[in-house]
Amino acid sequence: MASEEVSQAFRDDLRSYLEAQCPAPLRKGADPSAATEADRQAWLDAYAARGYTTPTWPKEYGGGGLSKAETRVLAEEVAQVAAYAPVVSFFGTSMLGPVLLEFGNEDQKKEHLPKITSGEINWCQGYSEPGSGSDLASLQTRAVLEGDHWVINGSKIWTTGANHADWMFCLTRTDFEAPKHDGISFILFDLRQPGVTISPIQLISGASEFCQVFFEDVRAEKRNLVGPLNGGWTIAKRLLQHERQMLSGPVDGAPRRARAKQAAPTDPRSALAESARAHLGDADGQLGDAALRDRIAQWELDSMCFGLTLRRSGEEARSGQGAGAATSMFKLYASEMNKRRAEILMSVRGSDGLGWEGEAFSPSDIMETRGWLRSKGNSIEGGTSEVQLNVIAKRVLGLPD
Amino acid sequence: MSLVLSEEQALIKDTAAEFLKEHAPVTHLRALRDAGDATGFSKKLWKEMAELGWAGIPIAEAHGGSGLGLAELGVVLEESGRTLAPYPFVSTVVLGAGAIQLAGSEAQQQAILPSVAAGDTLLALAFEERGRFAPFAIETRAESAGDGYRLTGEKRFVLDGQVADHLIVVARTAGEAGDRDGLTLFLVDPSADGVHVERTVMIDSRGAARVRLAGVAVGADAVLGEVGGGADVLEPLLDRGAAAVSAELVGLLSEVFDRTVAYLKTREQFGVLIGTFQALKHRAATMFCEVELSRSVALDALRALDEDRPHAARVVSAAKARCSDTASLVTCEGLQMHGGIGMTDEEEIGLFLKRAKAAELAFGDAAYHRDRFARLTGF
Repeated sequence: MASEEVSQAFRDDLRSYLEAQCPAPLRKGADPSAATEADRQAWLDAYAARGYTTPTWPKEYGGGGLSKAETRVLAEEVAQVAAYAPVVSFFGTSMLGPVLLEFGNEDQKKEHLPKITSGEINWCQGYSEPGSGSDLASLQTRAVLEGDHWVINGSKIWTTGANHADWMFCLTRTDFEAPKHDGISFILFDLRQPGVTISPIQLISGASEFCQVFFEDVRAEKRNLVGPLNGGWTIAKRLLQHERQMLSGPVDGAPRRARAKQAAPTDPRSALAESARAHLGDADGQLGDAALRDRIAQWELDSMCFGLTLRRSGEEARSGQGAGAATSMFKLYASEMNKRRAEILMSVRGSDGLGWEGEAFSPSDIMETRGWLRSKGNSIEGGTSEVQLNVIAKRVLGLPD
Repeated sequence: MSLVLSEEQALIKDTAAEFLKEHAPVTHLRALRDAGDATGFSKKLWKEMAELGWAGIPIAEAHGGSGLGLAELGVVLEESGRTLAPYPFVSTVVLGAGAIQLAGSEAQQQAILPSVAAGDTLLALAFEERGRFAPFAIETRAESAGDGYRLTGEKRFVLDGQVADHLIVVARTAGEAGDRDGLTLFLVDPSADGVHVERTVMIDSRGAARVRLAGVAVGADAVLGEVGGGADVLEPLLDRGAAAVSAELVGLLSEVFDRTVAYLKTREQFGVLIGTFQALKHRAATMFCEVELSRSVALDALRALDEDRPHAARVVSAAKARCSDTASLVTCEGLQMHGGIGMTDEEEIGLFLKRAKAAELAFGDAAYHRDRFARLTGF
């Protein structure tokens, strides 16, 4: 489909470049355990040199300058040649990058975008604060202009990957008198400087993907204010949309298989039901526990409906029909589905799901259990389910305040 | 097939919405109900709908139809759900014409389908015999008699049976109630000796009948399809029925949802609009999600059947389960949010609630279809 719109010359050039650059141990079908860190870096560097890690961004900012059709061809070709397509952190490619392209000035685009593409700079997002969760606009981290620098004081929390990041894009309060939405600015700064303290937070699942970050007289160059002074909330909202879209993909299970099935029809199956069968056994091909079977059926069915709704929304957007259903709905539904799935798996596994660590439990059981604990955060991060319901009520249904 | 309406489908939708709003709004159903109308709908209006092409949508052009699919008929059904128009789309077009298309000989198709498409012939499928939906729980017997058969038994919930020109009766030529094998479809003239048709008054004010068959004699040419192989016709037919009712339910529940949201924006209590209360906002937003999901799967079920997709029945079960549950949610919540006025016969919400319940139970409710969905998914 894509290939019809793209010239053979483009495809040939792409293929020969990828063939020439991909290190042998990272070729499709090779043994990737033989690859060194240097091999991986070389592959990333070659891929990023042509801007392929951000294929649709303009070339002048380090991007690939490709059309959507060409991007699809890139994906096809790299899958033919290599074990994987190199990626860089999505905080840069999917969150800050699009914001800079839309709101940044020329100097900002030239300075920051190429380093996202190359993977040189890893970004993190400074949004939530200890006192500002769902009510994000009440944030209190202060930025005060002193000469050519913003001086920043305060704290951010739930910052994903701050301990691995180089820079932060950060919402700060720059007007202390204005209504809360109108005094916020979007500022970029280097995290590797005195005054920045980063503390990982241990979650109930045992993992520490989030951090709290403290700022004590941290400095940002004046030129790294993005968009208008006190105009940060508009950018913040746009970014939250990007984030919700990312958190709204099809949940593990039926939709993904449903798509695969179109290529090669196979008998429909349910991973949840297989898992239940392994634990409970069945009678005449049906799960023995009727109530649990019904819960699994409801989950699979909802998952199918959710996948179809994502598809319909995309088709409506492309055809210009309707507004496409709300991003908030997808965020809400995806996180609630994921939580339900984890609860069903706990129920299926019984006490096998109670192991925390050690030899007595299989690594996969421990992983599922940790996943169940982690899933509780799905309906909190990126805007709680209650906030999504508020957004739907206000923006989609137009219910009064 | 895309889940977005094609140009042709959008055109049908606009025409249907406009026509039904003008000629068959909810007040039309109420008037028919209050008058105790014996037909259950206006035959004159049905003829007009047929002239718009709606009765022949899924009938082949060679048989006087327009050769379109269930996806196109679904567009009309959805609009009919919005106004509760009690017209014989399901009884005559989906089930009746469907049975003849699936199982009828060329002669049977030529004899009946053009007249159906023209709006001159009404059909009804007589298969159910007990309350809870169980398609093979059929006791009505067809015993060999001379060159033909004698039918004996009692059918219930025969949709539009009170006005049908032909009944399509599912009877047992072998086996016991509950068996899949041994069913046969017969074309029966309702005016034949031994056929007693009695209209039953239902909560949704739609036409339905009890049909008693007391040794009704039919010839061998009355058989539709294979003797004993009726289940192979009945199953796909009931899938079409379930998908069609799902489409109707999407219209119905969308209408109730829209009306309820509008009410939240106009009704004041405690000196404010009740739509400002978060307890109601969140319930309305939750319903919005369910409405969207229901629409998507109902659209896909119609397309799965049109495309004769492998595992289409699984999508149909998903759609019927989903739309039944959502219709129940939205009508119950809609009534609750309307408060006391919702309990009155004068307010239309109650009419939607009644139709939703009848449609929910037709062709299997959510629990029935979740069980079937699970079976079709291999668990």
